[in-house]
Amino acid sequence: MTQSGTENTDSSAVGNEFLTFTLGKEEYGIDILKVQEIRGYDAVTAIANTPEFIKGVINLRGIIVPIVDMRIKFHLGKVEYDQFTVVIILNVAHRVVGMVVDGVSDVITLNPDQVKAAPEFGSAIDTQYVMGLGTVDERMLILVDIERLMTSSDMELMESVAA
Amino acid sequence: MVENGCSDLRLYRIEFSPDQQTLDQIKDLEPLFADLAALGKLEITEQAAKGKGKKATPRSWQMTLLTTANEAGIADIFAFFAQPEQIKIESEATQPQTAANEDDTGYGFFTDTEAPAEEDPGYGFFTDVAATPVSDSGDESFGFFVDVSAALAVQQADEKRGYGFFKEIDTAAGIPAAEEQPETYTSAAAPQPLTNPDEPASPPANPGRRATDKAPASAQAESASIRVGIDKVDQLINLVGELVITQAMLAQTASEVDAAIFEKLQNGLSQLERNTRDLQESVMSIRMMPISFAFSRFPRVVRDLASKLQKKVELVTIGEGTELDKGLIEKITDPLTHLVRNSLDHGIELPEARIAAGKPAQGTITLQAAHQGGNVVISVNDDGAGLNRERILAKAREKDIPVSDSMPDSEVWQLIFAPGFSTADVVTDVSGRGVGMDVVKRNILAMGGQVEIESSAGWGSRITIRLPLTLAILDGMSIAVGGQIFIIPLTFITESLQPTAEEVKTITGKGRVVHVRGEYLPLIALHEVFGITPRITDPQQGIVVLLEAEGKKAALFVDELVGQHQVVIKTLETNYRKVPGVSAATIMGDGKVAMILDIGALVRIRQQ
Repeated sequence: MTQSGTENTDSSAVGNEFLTFTLGKEEYGIDILKVQEIRGYDAVTAIANTPEFIKGVINLRGIIVPIVDMRIKFHLGKVEYDQFTVVIILNVAHRVVGMVVDGVSDVITLNPDQVKAAPEFGSAIDTQYVMGLGTVDERMLILVDIERLMTSSDMELMESVAA
Repeated sequence: MVENGCSDLRLYRIEFSPDQQTLDQIKDLEPLFADLAALGKLEITEQAAKGKGKKATPRSWQMTLLTTANEAGIADIFAFFAQPEQIKIESEATQPQTAANEDDTGYGFFTDTEAPAEEDPGYGFFTDVAATPVSDSGDESFGFFVDVSAALAVQQADEKRGYGFFKEIDTAAGIPAAEEQPETYTSAAAPQPLTNPDEPASPPANPGRRATDKAPASAQAESASIRVGIDKVDQLINLVGELVITQAMLAQTASEVDAAIFEKLQNGLSQLERNTRDLQESVMSIRMMPISFAFSRFPRVVRDLASKLQKKVELVTIGEGTELDKGLIEKITDPLTHLVRNSLDHGIELPEARIAAGKPAQGTITLQAAHQGGNVVISVNDDGAGLNRERILAKAREKDIPVSDSMPDSEVWQLIFAPGFSTADVVTDVSGRGVGMDVVKRNILAMGGQVEIESSAGWGSRITIRLPLTLAILDGMSIAVGGQIFIIPLTFITESLQPTAEEVKTITGKGRVVHVRGEYLPLIALHEVFGITPRITDPQQGIVVLLEAEGKKAALFVDELVGQHQVVIKTLETNYRKVPGVSAATIMGDGKVAMILDIGALVRIRQQ
């Protein structure tokens, strides 16, 4: 699963579109093709005995979707829930997962020469999930392999067997 | 109907459907009819162009012939003109027969053309063909061969069920009975034309109908069912599930509006509720199939294995009509096969041992299915030696599984579900490898079912599987704890009550028990299990729901009961993972998600 995910994102890293969002002061980019939709934050149903960053599940038109708060997971930004809180609904590894972020900025196209290899350190997200760093004007984007991140055991979203 | 002036004079119904090639060859049919008329009184009742069927026969003739000749004689006349499969001869006085193979059915074979049997599983069966049924179906679940005599070899034609018992019947004893099958297909039925003049003159009601209704009946069978992809059915079920949720949502919103308007709405809404419920039930029933689909393979499994192990075993199946979800039927077949093989291999003893134990040489394995509440209960019973407690305990110690001699039987039996557990001395190709029972248990648990074992040494054992009726929907009671709603499947609830202070007792400062009608039930506070801040911490203020799961009872303490709903089960595992204490989720009327409690797990959590 991870294998195919990596391949996908490798090819898509070349001149492809990324959805950018912010977590605290950092700006992140994810492959737009993994994004199903963006919606506001609704009341979630909490699940007992789960880590704090798993907020619970919501009903997305009849589908039960777990919601992860990336701000709690990576200790970034202020954890507030108001009408500006944004949930990115992702479609990764044949699953639907929602993640709460500080805000969604825009969609940008990055050429391969705008993407640099990720250094060994530098962001709150483990470098193994970072595909590279993108540069747009003066902004730096941390390009995240969202599929790999969401399917990892760190996120505790899947059975350990699947991770 | 038929006037048989002489017992030898019989009325035959003949259907002659030649194909174009034959017609071309014959050119003139008059000599054929003349030859037939020579035998007796011939009447051509119908001539029709037939364009139906694969062969697209251009014409067909229906005729009746009153004659003293037997079928073989009639068939001989036709043999000069046409292929045997183009002719169908049925005797009015007995059940129908064909002179040769039936056309385009692909089953039925005959060893003796003089008195062949007709096999037609498509419709109808004979309940009282002969005056004296000689062979009695020993077991309703499978057919058997009736070997009447050399002159009257009757074959059961159904190849799929190609197994059975042979039964010798003395020719002089009379007429073999037609077998009545539960699946309403006719097994061997053999008439005895001419050789048995005492045959009752009054014909059964069916044969005449059978000859004329043949085409409509097959057409009916075609139009009576359609094949639909399971994904389409599932989609339908999902949509109806959404409809149920929407309906509930509407009802809830309506209850908040002004009373005068609500009054008007109420009628329409209750109608809608009824309709959705009906719709849901009919849609759910699409997926339901009788369990005979799973049971039908077992006679063969048992027969093959019994002969391999040199054991004598009879298989009895009860309640094949019990319906359950198609998905469950597919999933239950393998575990069930394993259990049956296990019963046969480990349970049933060799004939000598059985006789020595004072039991009949032939062992019995009973497969039984029934509805019980919201469950389907399937049990595999054998009258073999039963489980050996000492041997299981010894084996468990060998494998370092913590056991004690004082363990209750039920716990000892559960040990056989442990991975790698086998008490067999030798590994055979049938069993003994120790894999299997743990897989069986895992599969059944995965289906939301339970397995129980009862056994008594020397008398046999019974393995009972409890399965939910369907995987898609359940009746639930919604309860609230600290602002959160949970669903308890109704099948687990025995009652709910508000205990008095005297009824709640603590045990060594830790656990609490509730005293209900002489029983002390462990009190499980849901807010403690799930780490929720409750509104109510005193059981006297809240409510206690008495639960029964896996044979254990417990009392669940919650804030309040909210209501009873039928809920659509949505698995959490599609997008998330399994959550302890929660079996699935559902969407409530207000669009929110509520968790369905895994009562079995809750009761177990408490016991650990």
